[in-house]
Amino acid sequence: MPEFGFSISKGRTIDFDLLDSARTAALEGDDSGLIKCMDCGTCTATCSAGAFSDFSIRKIHTMFRRGQYDGVAEALSKCMLCGKCTLVCPRSVNLRHAIIRMRQTLRTSVPDDDDLRHYLNVL
Amino acid sequence: METISNNLHPTPPAHQRTLSASADQPEGLRPAFPAHQRYWNEYVKEIADDRYFYERSCIRQTFFPGSEAAFLKILRDELGKDIRDEVNQHTCTGIGYHSDIVPLETTMTIVARLFSLMTEAGYKNYVPSCVTSFGVFSEIVHKWEEQPALLEKTRELLFKATGREFEIPENIAHPSDIIYKFRNELKDKMKYRLVNRYTGRPLKVVDHIGCHYAKIFPEKGIGKAEFPHVLAGMVESWGGEVVDYPERRHCCGFGFRQYIIQENRGYSIANSKKKFESMEPYEPDFIVSNCPGCTMFLDKWQYVIAEMEHKTYDKEGYGIPSLTYEEMAGLLLGYDPWTLGLQLHQVQVEHLLDKIGIEYDPDDKYRAADGSLLPSPEKPNNLQV
Repeated sequence: MPEFGFSISKGRTIDFDLLDSARTAALEGDDSGLIKCMDCGTCTATCSAGAFSDFSIRKIHTMFRRGQYDGVAEALSKCMLCGKCTLVCPRSVNLRHAIIRMRQTLRTSVPDDDDLRHYLNVL
Repeated sequence: METISNNLHPTPPAHQRTLSASADQPEGLRPAFPAHQRYWNEYVKEIADDRYFYERSCIRQTFFPGSEAAFLKILRDELGKDIRDEVNQHTCTGIGYHSDIVPLETTMTIVARLFSLMTEAGYKNYVPSCVTSFGVFSEIVHKWEEQPALLEKTRELLFKATGREFEIPENIAHPSDIIYKFRNELKDKMKYRLVNRYTGRPLKVVDHIGCHYAKIFPEKGIGKAEFPHVLAGMVESWGGEVVDYPERRHCCGFGFRQYIIQENRGYSIANSKKKFESMEPYEPDFIVSNCPGCTMFLDKWQYVIAEMEHKTYDKEGYGIPSLTYEEMAGLLLGYDPWTLGLQLHQVQVEHLLDKIGIEYDPDDKYRAADGSLLPSPEKPNNLQV
């Protein structure tokens, strides 16, 4: 192949035919109150793990809603479950609980993925 | 000058027909024309009848060297129109302007110089070959109308620099507008139709309108940005069938800021890829565009995608031919495909010519004007030729 000096950028389109809505529904059907989230980002701003890594609760929640799970399991492993996000949330979403539920959802949905299981079993 | 009226649009496009007048309206209150005709009147534009001043494109003469010559031949020989091909013309600065390399004042003064050439030659109807130029001229004239002080400043700058004066054109039309306007006259002169001679069915054509044609100033384009009919009208009049695929309105990815920097071209090609993937299930016979960049990218990116991902968007692996509207018109009028410059396209057109039944001599494909044979280009690894 000739050397073009660039590669084809991956599309950012969200294909609803490929979206795994069962995982999202399982997440929003629990008692964490995540459905009340207004994407203000206060959780991410106050996050201890976020201060030292690229961990972003807001981004993870957005990816979950879109059905985009690439890298989410690894990101979730960075949470220390300190609960500061839950304390500052203006909508009183129990984010600590929501993160545990996200981990559970991914763990049960992708049982054959060893790497994913490894990340989700951390902490 | 004549406004394209309903005489030339006896039937608006199908999507407009749903807006028809209410039949149960009392007769006295009923408008003189059905609602769909009144609504469609808002989507047409004024196009001059004759005496055009032509401005060539910077890049079209390189990538599609026969297109502009074909347009001039069609207007002069087929339609008997007066069109001036000025030898002293120059760039409109479009690429530099949209890349933030050329400042607005410079662009306005250069546009003014082009207008001064038109004024000097005694013409009032400006016809820029390039869609980007069409957008630049429409934008600058709009600015001058909104801010007369800018116009005066430009007049002063041009006079100080060159001693020239200019008048604003009475009419600015893209060449595709003019071909659209006279599409039915041309149809009567055509030797071929957009019909598959093996099946008897209309050829499936993807029409792609340049973004700067009607997305900047919707009222400047036939059908505005919502129902662009300039190419679809030609295709339908000449026997073809337009493919209405999901990403029909999507940009080809040419946007100057994307492709000028090599590292950004991955973003540019991703746009074309999105369109190819969207049109692929409809199995189009060819693509027709009215913008230099769109025609080039929708042609050459097929080669790059084939090299990078081993993917082509037709069944046989030849790719989907990408033509300009002048090439399409020229082919149907019986012009020689190699004189039109079709051998310079990345996706080869012989399969399309065979489908339409156009006669051509394969031995003349790479023959120079003096009769000598030029060397054949290197073959791609994955795209069939």
